[in-house]
Amino acid sequence: MDKTVADLATAIANISDGMTVMIGGFGGAGAPIELIHAMIDRFKATGSPTKLIVINNNAGNGRIGIAAMIDAGMVAKMICSFPRSADPRAFTEKYLAGEIDLELVPQGTLAERIRAGGAGIPAFYTPTSFGTDLAQGKPTAEFEGRMYVQERWLKADVALIKAEVADRMGNLTYRKAARNFSPLMAAAAKLTIVQAAQIVEPGGIDPEQVITPGLFVTRVVEVADARQEEALMRDGLAYA
Amino acid sequence: MTDKLSNAQIAWRAAQDIADGAYVNLGIGFPEMVAKFQPPGRQAIFHTENGILNFGEAPPEGEEDWDLINAGKKAVTLKSGAAFFHHADSFAMVRGGHLDVAILGAYEVAETGDLANWSTGPRGIPAVGGAMDLVHGARRVAVITDHVTKDGKPKLVKACSLPLTGVACVTRVYTSLAVIDIEGGCFVLREKLVGLSVDELQALTGGTLVLPNDIADLTVPEL
Repeated sequence: MDKTVADLATAIANISDGMTVMIGGFGGAGAPIELIHAMIDRFKATGSPTKLIVINNNAGNGRIGIAAMIDAGMVAKMICSFPRSADPRAFTEKYLAGEIDLELVPQGTLAERIRAGGAGIPAFYTPTSFGTDLAQGKPTAEFEGRMYVQERWLKADVALIKAEVADRMGNLTYRKAARNFSPLMAAAAKLTIVQAAQIVEPGGIDPEQVITPGLFVTRVVEVADARQEEALMRDGLAYA
Repeated sequence: MTDKLSNAQIAWRAAQDIADGAYVNLGIGFPEMVAKFQPPGRQAIFHTENGILNFGEAPPEGEEDWDLINAGKKAVTLKSGAAFFHHADSFAMVRGGHLDVAILGAYEVAETGDLANWSTGPRGIPAVGGAMDLVHGARRVAVITDHVTKDGKPKLVKACSLPLTGVACVTRVYTSLAVIDIEGGCFVLREKLVGLSVDELQALTGGTLVLPNDIADLTVPEL
């Protein structure tokens, strides 16, 4: 079994209009910038994929990554906890113009909804958001004298993930706090696409160190010199 | 005596109540300052929602590792004994009641313990982050804040007028004038600045202050 593909364009094949796309990362840590930019390249060449529903903690920063997808007009809706950043212009402009929808989800609830999606659990109860505007319309229930809000799973057609080391079977490690949402998203999508800084042969990762088992991974592409969102921001770069 | 505490002094006072070895989450912005004022001999272990336990101060400029950031997306360093984990584990620590203390900022705190700190109303872009999770997870949820708004209006109120972050979640408020516990739906005055009368403090407070017999002086060092 070999899940590696030769290039970014092959890695993002089959992502089509209207799909729900989970994108790993918290701010720039773990953001799969090269996979995102490959998707933008395809959109510019073919007009597809567009009308995407994107799930990420944030809603883009500056003019790169998710912000560049939004700028390009590829995103119909963001599901996120914090659509603000150092430079949130891309999302802010589209949102205030009514051109993009927002589903705001508390950060821990977002993580748990994704985890539930990957684990086949359609709903769960959390105390988070009880009595607030974000609980409106959701069922509530009392457990052991405390009130809880019912939240539903989140699943996706595609997850885009940045890993540190992958083996050819799709086993993954992550670098430092770049792990964040990625192990959850890898499990919650039908098609999990990974860019890894390094691809090794099976056995090249100590099984004790595997964070995401290859079972959750569909394709892996090597991006040895991946750029960091913060570094690109500091250089004032735009991907448009 | 100054007429009110600076932010650093409020943070210092909050830091005195954090036990050695406590697991602590500090909200982004002003609450992050609490970490600087741990009493000598005590070491708390700081949690950041994006997946680190036991992180330390910012690195020198130019030595940032942007895979090593806190919830405010600022570069941090690791202390020995640090750990990385994914977001579901991070919020299991929060919602599962495994953190000892969370310290947050506030727009308003009600005498019922309700907190409003994420939205100033329907205009602009709403953003919540982890605040709604934190207020229901930590064993103790404390707020640090100026006692009044920039316009001089009370931030400690009978009922919040802004969108809530959580219901009945705050148990202690450290302000620029006082330390106040929230117990049984009341503001209970524990400490106040020496030069401030109870009447003056009450006039700046939206809910009724309950006055126990042993109100202490709020004394902090010059910082």
